Amino acid sequence: MPIVYPHKTEMPVRDPQARRRSWDEVAEGYTVERAIAEARRCLNCQDPVCELGCPVNVPIREFVRCVAIGDFDGAASAIRRRNLLPAICGRVCPVEHQCEARCVLFPHQDPVGIGRLERFAADWVREHGNGGESAAQQVWREQKVAIVGSGPAGLTVASDLAQLGYPVSIFEALHAFGGVLRYGIPQYRLPKEIVDEDVEHLKALGVEFVRDVIIGKTVTIDQLFDELGYSAIFVGTGAGSPIFMNIPGENLKGIYSANEFLTRVNLMKAYAFPEYDTPVYRPRRAAVIGAGDTAMDGVRCAIRLGAEEGHIVYRRSENEKGARAEDFERARDEGVIFDWLTLPQRYLGDENGWVRGLECIRTELGEPDESGRRRPVPVPGSEFVIEADLVVIALGTNPNPLVPHSTRGLDVDAHGCIIADPETGATSRKGLFAGGDIVTGAATVILALGAGRKAATAIHEYLQEQLTDKGASRNGAAQAHVPTSDDVVTSRPDISVAEHEAEERHRGYMEGTVWARDYATANELRGFVENFGRGMESALEIVTGGTEHTSVEGSSDFEGPYWEGFLEGAEEVLIEGTGRGWLNS
Amino acid sequence: MDTTARIIEKQDLTGITKLFVVHAPLVARNAAPGQFIILRVTETGERIPISLTDFDRDTGTVTIVVQQVGRTSALVNALDLGDDFLDFVGPLGDPVPLPEDGHAVLIGGGFGTGALFPLARELRKRGVRVSSIIGARTRSLLILTEMLSRQSDELHVCTDDGSVGYHGFVTGRLEELMDAGAGFTHCFAVGPMPMMRAVATTTQKRGLPAMVSLDPLMVDGTGMCGGCRVSVGGKSLFACVDGPFFDAHQVDFDVADDRLRIYREQEKVACELTGLER
Repeated sequence: MPIVYPHKTEMPVRDPQARRRSWDEVAEGYTVERAIAEARRCLNCQDPVCELGCPVNVPIREFVRCVAIGDFDGAASAIRRRNLLPAICGRVCPVEHQCEARCVLFPHQDPVGIGRLERFAADWVREHGNGGESAAQQVWREQKVAIVGSGPAGLTVASDLAQLGYPVSIFEALHAFGGVLRYGIPQYRLPKEIVDEDVEHLKALGVEFVRDVIIGKTVTIDQLFDELGYSAIFVGTGAGSPIFMNIPGENLKGIYSANEFLTRVNLMKAYAFPEYDTPVYRPRRAAVIGAGDTAMDGVRCAIRLGAEEGHIVYRRSENEKGARAEDFERARDEGVIFDWLTLPQRYLGDENGWVRGLECIRTELGEPDESGRRRPVPVPGSEFVIEADLVVIALGTNPNPLVPHSTRGLDVDAHGCIIADPETGATSRKGLFAGGDIVTGAATVILALGAGRKAATAIHEYLQEQLTDKGASRNGAAQAHVPTSDDVVTSRPDISVAEHEAEERHRGYMEGTVWARDYATANELRGFVENFGRGMESALEIVTGGTEHTSVEGSSDFEGPYWEGFLEGAEEVLIEGTGRGWLNS
Repeated sequence: MDTTARIIEKQDLTGITKLFVVHAPLVARNAAPGQFIILRVTETGERIPISLTDFDRDTGTVTIVVQQVGRTSALVNALDLGDDFLDFVGPLGDPVPLPEDGHAVLIGGGFGTGALFPLARELRKRGVRVSSIIGARTRSLLILTEMLSRQSDELHVCTDDGSVGYHGFVTGRLEELMDAGAGFTHCFAVGPMPMMRAVATTTQKRGLPAMVSLDPLMVDGTGMCGGCRVSVGGKSLFACVDGPFFDAHQVDFDVADDRLRIYREQEKVACELTGLER
């Protein structure tokens, strides 16, 4: 029996006093020894329930096992099959509410440190290995896809579709890519070099990155479809519009939305003024309103800009805070003062129009409200003042209205969120898909990745249907037929749906590594197996194996209709396969 | 998609005010009167908003006028023919709502005059009578008089020192013209904050509907940061997506003016480091 340690292996973090004025990364990550020790705590469960807690179904058991035996390349490859941003998610995922919450060790012991191990594997491969990445560019399809916004959702869609061979363009309004990863999450929590590397990886896959283009202004969605020839569009513009409290004094100098404060600090690097030209106010006493991840980012940035005191001001109690446990604890270690059950009522200014404090009132928690959290009720006569020369309002954001307002036939809900099918991202406008915060309202990076993954699959299906449609109408045999997802997936416009339907269905099996003649064929094989495979728990991985061959790894039973285009490639797959696999009719 | 923005023409309008014609077809394509762009010139640089002075979809060009007021505008004005802007994004903001008929008076102060031209052209196209009043401290600082006169039925020039035209502020000339029965139905003003405030006061007193173009500090220009918020009719609005043109009689000029001063100290530092006088 292995010895099981009840606590997570510690991850070294920099000393709180030393890091209070530093923008270097706070958490240093696991060493090889610590990573292996932590991975060995995993019980290797028959039924890995942790994976059900992951919005993108990372094969957690497999990658943790790889780490435990020292196969870090293998670990990173396993993660990358489902998550192309592991170095980022390993740092910013709220694991305590997701995978780690489901770990069977918990709550009797600490859960396995899945997030820390994900970060370790991704970092190790970045520094040492090749990651088994398939960086070979092979854009071979004709239908162009436009992606609006280069945040986590958009990057995921781009990656998935580029690997399927689509020409993909990402349009970004700002001058740097990554969305919230760039402007929102601070350097000490997510070094921007990591975001740069992920973007470079996608460029190597053939994704076109276009900065300084605001969809809805520079080019509209209608123009992308009608004039620029895009066949499908994914909107992942995020929840960009800051919420203010509309209380007196909100326009005093020194009061920022969290978006503005963090954008100045992170995107524009105002912390390095005057080396960088963009300024930001350097506070003595900072008050940040709100208690989510963004609020923790705000108060910790304020401390790094020189604040002697940093306050979190929140109208509910510690139990209702939205921030990740790790960031909350680090903020506390850095000396942040938490004013729970405190509701700001107005801002106080000095004679020059600068903020000098917040007049607040104490609250107590009453009955639960529509969010299920107990409603804060002001306590009469409990007014008091928190002195502050910097206030950051981190109360959340509304969806960015630029795309909804400038697009014909796109339905939004009462909050201004785009209405999209949660399983596919499909919107009321044909060919237009959406995901991430623009659909859900402000949420997390990993949920945006999950939405992006589903949307990419749906966009692929949609584009295949479009081809089938064209073929069908040319052929004239199946004019009335409306394709559904049960229909044949084909890239052969010369074969009608009706002809497909007349074909027998084929069954097959594959296991291990199978070589295809080229990347495109391997992709087709993967697409086929993913569409028709049974009992598939995880996607197949495509590994580039030199200039002539590409291998597909994984195992599955599959059953599907005859598909000539696939069979042409598949025969070669099978004949030349070094693993096992066959097709039966 | 090519987002290159190359300078194909540069003119000195005054010692510190330059006009650039920029080949930027993507920006020109959807541009409309009242909109602006945001630009950046160095990797460590700021993003600054600049009004569109002109745009031409056929040639794929836009025109901007930049007056040196600090470090970034000095860097812009040092650019030459053939240079590319590092970033040049737009068109931003809502197009200004223009009338279909009547008699519009356009008021420009200092380099704000540059932003009036596309309004004048569009108004004339619609058959609206256009009178323009432009002002500056002295004769040598007046800009674009000829260009604007081509799109105006009348052009009135004012200088604070009386070196040319009307001796006094633009609002003085505005009142004179109104007293003489000009019959203005709409007013649009772009210029320094004190001028726009004076226009707001004068037009409100006389019951003339007026819009002003606010130019607050901005970062992203897409409604994301709220740094450019202005108080209009008691509501906080974002100049980048709700403006830049607002009802002059609803604008809280005290707040708008004060929020321009947030970074006075840092601006001083930046100017000193750049070797500029302020």
